[in-house]
Amino acid sequence: MRRIISLLLENEAGALSRVAGLFSARGYNIESLTVAPTEDPSLSRMTIVTRGSEEIIEQITKQLNKLIDVVKLMDLTEGGHIEREMMLIKISTTDGNREDIKRLSDIFRGRVIDVTGSTYTVELTGAGDKLDAFIEAVGRAQILETVRSGVSGIARGEKSLNI
Amino acid sequence: MTGADIFVRCLRDEGVDFVFGYPGGAVLHIYDALGQQDKLKHILVRHEQGATHAADGYARATGRPGVVLVTSGPGLTNAVTGIATAYMDSIPMVIFSGQVPTHLIGNDAFQEVDNVGITRPCVKHNFLVKDVKDLATTIKKAFYIATTGRPGPVLVDLPKDVTAQKTEYSYPKQVTMRSYNPTVKGHTGQIKKAVKLLLSAQRPMIYTGGGVILGNAAEPLTELTRALGYPITNTLMGLGGYPASDKQFLGMLGMHGTYEANMAMHGCDVLFAVGARFDDRVTGNIEKFCPTAKIIHIDIDPSSIAKNVKVDIPIVGCVDTVLREMLDLLKESKQKPGHDALKAWWHQINEWRGKDCLKYDDTSELIKPQYVIEKLYEVTKGDAFVTSDVGQHQMWAAQYYGFDKPRRWINSGGLGTMGFGLPAAMGVQFAYPDDIVACVTGEGSIQMCIQELSTCLQYKLPIKIINLNNRYLGMVRQWQEFFYEKRYSMSYMESLPDFVMLAESYGHVGMKIEQPADVEPALKEALKLKDRLVFMDFITDQKENVFPMIPAGAGLNEMILL
Repeated sequence: MRRIISLLLENEAGALSRVAGLFSARGYNIESLTVAPTEDPSLSRMTIVTRGSEEIIEQITKQLNKLIDVVKLMDLTEGGHIEREMMLIKISTTDGNREDIKRLSDIFRGRVIDVTGSTYTVELTGAGDKLDAFIEAVGRAQILETVRSGVSGIARGEKSLNI
Repeated sequence: MTGADIFVRCLRDEGVDFVFGYPGGAVLHIYDALGQQDKLKHILVRHEQGATHAADGYARATGRPGVVLVTSGPGLTNAVTGIATAYMDSIPMVIFSGQVPTHLIGNDAFQEVDNVGITRPCVKHNFLVKDVKDLATTIKKAFYIATTGRPGPVLVDLPKDVTAQKTEYSYPKQVTMRSYNPTVKGHTGQIKKAVKLLLSAQRPMIYTGGGVILGNAAEPLTELTRALGYPITNTLMGLGGYPASDKQFLGMLGMHGTYEANMAMHGCDVLFAVGARFDDRVTGNIEKFCPTAKIIHIDIDPSSIAKNVKVDIPIVGCVDTVLREMLDLLKESKQKPGHDALKAWWHQINEWRGKDCLKYDDTSELIKPQYVIEKLYEVTKGDAFVTSDVGQHQMWAAQYYGFDKPRRWINSGGLGTMGFGLPAAMGVQFAYPDDIVACVTGEGSIQMCIQELSTCLQYKLPIKIINLNNRYLGMVRQWQEFFYEKRYSMSYMESLPDFVMLAESYGHVGMKIEQPADVEPALKEALKLKDRLVFMDFITDQKENVFPMIPAGAGLNEMILL
């Protein structure tokens, strides 16, 4: 089962390593992890994508809640939610494929944000499978570099994770 | 005031009476401040592991947090075993470690390690203090976190320059943290359901652990158990939570638990788990655990619930308050425990008891270790504080010394740390100078922290050491006998010291006991020496094994008996 867990944690040195350490010590898997401060600079928002059986996910949320630095936690996958990931991808354009890449990035609602004689760098946002599809469409042979942010998520509707 | 003076004042204001520690470069400012006052007593150990175990023993016996002070680098790494020991058994402890000055952190400075990083997986929380203005509040938070909720060790890392900086002193009376609010009260609806299920049981069983001891809940537990008339078992960590001499007590359960306790666990239809965490040494093969039982589980830590086994009625809360609430409900309830079913259940249990699973060959010409523990129980009238190390002697102490009171049995159950017994006994003896403190150990374990005999002389601690000397790492030898076709690889202890001379060289009394007939007189003589440490070296049967035993992968009903 794939789960997206959102956390608010104290924006303190070491908080990230407590979360990462918990996952490695207990053998839980992390598919992606993103973290940055919120509008309140004393709080960080973290989004963790993980996989596990129902029992494992229950333990993960309980163990995360037990960390002193964790202020609040929400399993986004329990309700309606939106997830987004951003990708920066540098593509070789020496094969006479500049037109194709431009069209492809338009279709995927991406933007070309840097251009050289031999490359395009495209910025693309969406759910993970959309980014995967773009990579497939471009073809690995043309890709020089990809950078993915990992998943950020937020609950739909009026539900929100705050203190 | 300097950081060092603030440190001392905070500890005094927190009500700390003992600090167990060892000086070094990074904590010299603090030691200078400590040396200029006499209200806060510093106990100088001989190795930092000893300091942590002593503070741990003190905490287990008193319920108050143990306090440790060590220097940076090796001072802290030596303390890690003791910190992990306390963490596994949820013992409230605050450890202060020295650190290199803030401008040198990360510079591979002399005696620098990442204290916060090294201890992160084995503490409840830790702090690095970077500014003297944060010192007092951080110390308050450390004590608050260590002693509330599910207790545990908290480390505070103190860079040397912070202990020299000056600021005004003010110690907060209390702290609140938005990210830490331990649950105290159980959910009333769940508690009602639990009482109803308990009263409808045909074959009930009460299983309680260290949480009852840590949560000071022995009294309501005893009252509730007696009111129900149900059988009860304690885990290794829970011994003393219910009086062992009571007829409702079935003894310890688990890998070396009694036949009746394990069979009753296996056969029960309602299991009432209180402050216990379904550890693998208790459950045996989890697939075969309590196959017919509905389970009620009280624990202060939500992550302990449904971690290893599915629970029907979980109750998160402080065991003491939940049990008292249950008692009130029980008194109001018109429903009573089923008389006939309970009678039949006790009949079955008494049949299991008839196996007399703790019998041993008492006609032997060799000293049987079980006999030594039985005699220790008799001569101390069951009222001593007993610490132990880890191995066969630990199991025999747990099986044969009937603990009637909580906080009397002090052992490393979770981490299983050899070397724990002697320093832990020091901590207990500091807390209770007039009580009998016995350290049950073996010739393997005692040598892991033997240097603390020197501390015992310095502070005149009259600990009684019961060394069950079988010239083997007994538990290792037992497993090799059972599961490795008697290939005794590295389990024989050669070149042992003469423990009598060793004890004497440290300024203590040594005794060597080789005949069963001499066991009781030796113990009595040792207890008469009220102001001396006595090291009793009992030369025991080399081949004695701990029974009953549940082999790995087996269920609780599949015990090996003698």
